[in-house]
Amino acid sequence: MENKLVITPSPHIRTPETTKAIMMDVLIALFPVVVVAVLLFGYQALVTMVVAVLAAMITEAVVLRKKDLISDGSAAVTGLLLAMTLPATVPWWMPAIGSVVAIILGKQMFGGLGNNAFNPALVGRAVLVVSWATHMAGDVWPVPKPFSPFADVVTAATPLEKEGAELLEVPLMDMFLGNIGGSLGETSALALLIGGFWLFFRGHIDWRVPGCFFATVFLMGAIFGGGIYENLVLTGVFHLLAGGVMIGALFMATDMVTSPVTGLGKVIFGVGCGLITMIIRLWGNYPEGVMFAILLMNAVTPIIDRFTVPRKFGEVKE
Amino acid sequence: MSAYIQDIRRGILDENPVFRLLLGLCPVLGVTGFAMNGLGMGLAATMVLICSNVVISIFRNFIPKTIRVPIFIVVIASFVTMVDMLLAAFQPELHDQLGVFVPLIVVNCMILGRAEAFASKKPIARSFTDGLGIGLGFTVALVALAAFREILGHGTVFDIDITGAAFDPMGVMALPPGAFLALGILLYGVNLLFRKLGIE
Repeated sequence: MENKLVITPSPHIRTPETTKAIMMDVLIALFPVVVVAVLLFGYQALVTMVVAVLAAMITEAVVLRKKDLISDGSAAVTGLLLAMTLPATVPWWMPAIGSVVAIILGKQMFGGLGNNAFNPALVGRAVLVVSWATHMAGDVWPVPKPFSPFADVVTAATPLEKEGAELLEVPLMDMFLGNIGGSLGETSALALLIGGFWLFFRGHIDWRVPGCFFATVFLMGAIFGGGIYENLVLTGVFHLLAGGVMIGALFMATDMVTSPVTGLGKVIFGVGCGLITMIIRLWGNYPEGVMFAILLMNAVTPIIDRFTVPRKFGEVKE
Repeated sequence: MSAYIQDIRRGILDENPVFRLLLGLCPVLGVTGFAMNGLGMGLAATMVLICSNVVISIFRNFIPKTIRVPIFIVVIASFVTMVDMLLAAFQPELHDQLGVFVPLIVVNCMILGRAEAFASKKPIARSFTDGLGIGLGFTVALVALAAFREILGHGTVFDIDITGAAFDPMGVMALPPGAFLALGILLYGVNLLFRKLGIE
């Protein structure tokens, strides 16, 4: 009889969902992006991704003193996401250093998965951008050569650095499909949207963060973008498709650990990311601002969460 | 005699102002881009620390308790001004590199801390060795941190190229964020080492 009256604190119902299952879903969502990256940028893209993922998994295993390389799969996701933000032309050691920094400084230093204040992959990228700017900015963005896996890539500047008439040489359809210069995983909006829909369908991401991020970028681009395509709507679309907005909004700003948990908080987070991105793009020194936007909003996530606590059912307004 | 040696040892190891007490971090983070700057800054602070410790120790029985801090500051500021002028006269290049961080030694809490905690209570000779020990500890820490940052950020130490041309310097280490990263990594390493050596 006594054993039937066991009292335990909540939660009483457990979800069968594990961290490993979620990370597998993220990897599945990234699969179309990986395929497109290899198709566009050839073997160098593959090398970058393999090095980043392996380095991340090995670092995690060493830091945690575990023999299990895969563990909960979060290190592999971090490594792959980091590789997605690098140009295919980087020397092989850069994704390795980026992954080590991402796992140690971005994640384990704060206490491991769930405790990190900043998106680990973006911490790794930030250190790489500041340290080796010559490999990460300017004329390093590979020009895609679809379906020629063994060709060495040729590089050019990102569309975001071009001005005026030059921009019209970049058709929006190419930007949508990914046939433009850029980091491995950021060029093809189509592949990223497929992955994003998979995550949304599986319930891992909320529509508010990417939705508000996209809306803000579109509006700011249309209003302040200078009418690049002689058309406000198309200019807004250009800013949506260019650079890292798609991968940032769908895969990085939606990171469950580093974004707000409340509904209103997610709206504020998405709008903030979009605003900072566009401010850096339009008036800042860097051509692209998605990384710094997300990192900055990561920093204020605890404050957002604190001030957007929803009213409890039955609570009376004071 | 052993008390004096103990003072110096304590300043460098057990109570190292940077690695153990985390005091005076403003110059630690600000001027450690190059090993030479770290050494210059460390020696300048050591000089001020020894002089202020000795002077405060001499007058320790005449300083009224209620206004002791302003008096300490005046003594420290006088020596900082002297060191600043000496550097400007004999090492103008280093003086330019260190910039505002030399005058800022005045508000270095490590120096005020030693005046308050040690020199205002202990005899002159002990105050001298305490200043020497803490100053050397500060210098060692600054040079270690600066050398670490210079190797990673520029591939050199004391302007001598040690890594060769194939090394691609990690620019972030030469920039202000690198100071925080490098200090954190060094603190981890030093505390691990001290624990192994049994220094608590």
